[in-house]
Amino acid sequence: MSLRLLAALPFIGILLGVPFVNRTEPLVLGMPLVLAWIVLWVVLTAAIMGVVYLFDPANRQPDAVDTEVQP
Amino acid sequence: MSALIIIAAITVVALGLGMRARQGHDMNLEQWSVGGRSFGTAFVFLLMAGEIYTTFTFLGGSGFAYGKGAPVYYILAYATLAYIISYWMLPPIWRYAKSHRLMSQPHFFSRKYSSPALGVLVAVVDVAALVPYLVLQFKGLGIIVATASYGAIASTTAIWIGAVVVTAYVIVSGVRGCAWNSALKDVMILAIALFLGIYLPIHHYGGLGEMFRQIDAAKPGFLTFPPRGQGIIWFQSTVLLTALGFFMWPHTFASSYTAKNDRIFRRNAMLLPLYQLILLFVFFCGFAAVLKVPGLTGGNIDLSLFKLSLMTFDPWFIGVIGAAGVLTALVPGSMILTTASTLVANDIYRGVLSRNADDAKVARIARFLVPVIALVAVGFTLNGGETIVALLLMGYNFVTQLFPALVCSLAARNRVTKQGAFCGIVAGVAVVALTTLMHVSIGQLMPFLPDALKDVNIGFLALAVNVVVLAIVSAITQPRAGEAPTRAGAH
Repeated sequence: MSLRLLAALPFIGILLGVPFVNRTEPLVLGMPLVLAWIVLWVVLTAAIMGVVYLFDPANRQPDAVDTEVQP
Repeated sequence: MSALIIIAAITVVALGLGMRARQGHDMNLEQWSVGGRSFGTAFVFLLMAGEIYTTFTFLGGSGFAYGKGAPVYYILAYATLAYIISYWMLPPIWRYAKSHRLMSQPHFFSRKYSSPALGVLVAVVDVAALVPYLVLQFKGLGIIVATASYGAIASTTAIWIGAVVVTAYVIVSGVRGCAWNSALKDVMILAIALFLGIYLPIHHYGGLGEMFRQIDAAKPGFLTFPPRGQGIIWFQSTVLLTALGFFMWPHTFASSYTAKNDRIFRRNAMLLPLYQLILLFVFFCGFAAVLKVPGLTGGNIDLSLFKLSLMTFDPWFIGVIGAAGVLTALVPGSMILTTASTLVANDIYRGVLSRNADDAKVARIARFLVPVIALVAVGFTLNGGETIVALLLMGYNFVTQLFPALVCSLAARNRVTKQGAFCGIVAGVAVVALTTLMHVSIGQLMPFLPDALKDVNIGFLALAVNVVVLAIVSAITQPRAGEAPTRAGAH
């Protein structure tokens, strides 16, 4: 369950964060601040999903269980 | 001339690659429509990423940045959120599809709710959403070829050639042809977008920061969300809505069936967000054009990337860009075509006309339908006019209406009945169709709302109506305690 809470962060960052950074200056890496903010969250999302993947018990089962054909 | 040769060469390569993809596989229905459920991480990744890099993003993404400015950022945001949802949503869908040997999205609904009628409804909604999408790919193809060949090939000719190529390899190889061409397309588009997005700002402005500074000086407020119209509320509602609808597109939904195991989706959920950062460079191209090729309006904003390239590069390189552009139309076009034919054959033909048709017959009909659907799309492309963009937006809102019934069907105890799902989808789709055709916004419908809420995407209203109807009808039609509910759901 805590994994899902972690995955909720990008929703909060992107949907609720944008009103607070809706500005052009300062440019970050040459991009307007609001664009840089969204880009930051895209990168963070990849990192967060990486962590979720690592700690999700579903991914620790051996592959054999995954590929078993259900009748 | 050199541009034309390069575009022709890549088209031939795409045709060859698509045809060759069937080798070593007996093309039965399961192979043709879902690749025998044997694709590994790389191919599933490419099929799902293929959804993002269509002509709509290549031309439309840069055009949107050029014409509207900040609102284009939403494209980057919604897919990211959609991938997070996919981590938990796709594995159960895949497991159910595999154990019931499903071929398509309507198939999923009709099994889950034990209702062939629901399957037919979903298939009809899907086809209504897919055809405009295919039309848009063909339209983009025409624009790209006509521009990149410096007018040597008329867009009508290009559309016919493109339609024939796609039809040919889809008939022969089905989804396998799409997968191989996806690989080719992504390598090309990746390289081109990166190069253009970095080179154009440096070449024309001296750097990315300098470019944005000049745009901001010339057009204050262009790089941030405006207070009204496509402002922050619009951004938030549209991102959330399109993130929910993302995997409801039948071709994206069905491409999840091609996976070999369910871990692939979890792995892709972490890789795909990074991969779509390429879109950022497509935006840069559009922004670079703002001050250099001013004055494009209406539908012509989609030409901004090409107009700027034409004044920057030699013809042979325009050919390379054009070739990449052609692939962004052909590959999604072929996926849509495969899906639409499977839908009509498997879910409408088998669902309504002939319940007992076997897989071999359905496979034959699906192949027969490929050129039929392609012809319909070409017809719309050549005669459709501007209304098609409105149809596409409607299509996106259409497929989003499938989301509530789908999510509920994944719950361990699904309280939604088939009647509830059916009525909810009908109500949602009706609201979408009415509001789109009548061009009304939330502000016009509900003038009493505070200003801030008036720019909420109208799709939300449809989704809300959908959920309410679904809940009420499900409550009325709950199976009585004595009857054993015919609950669907294997796991």
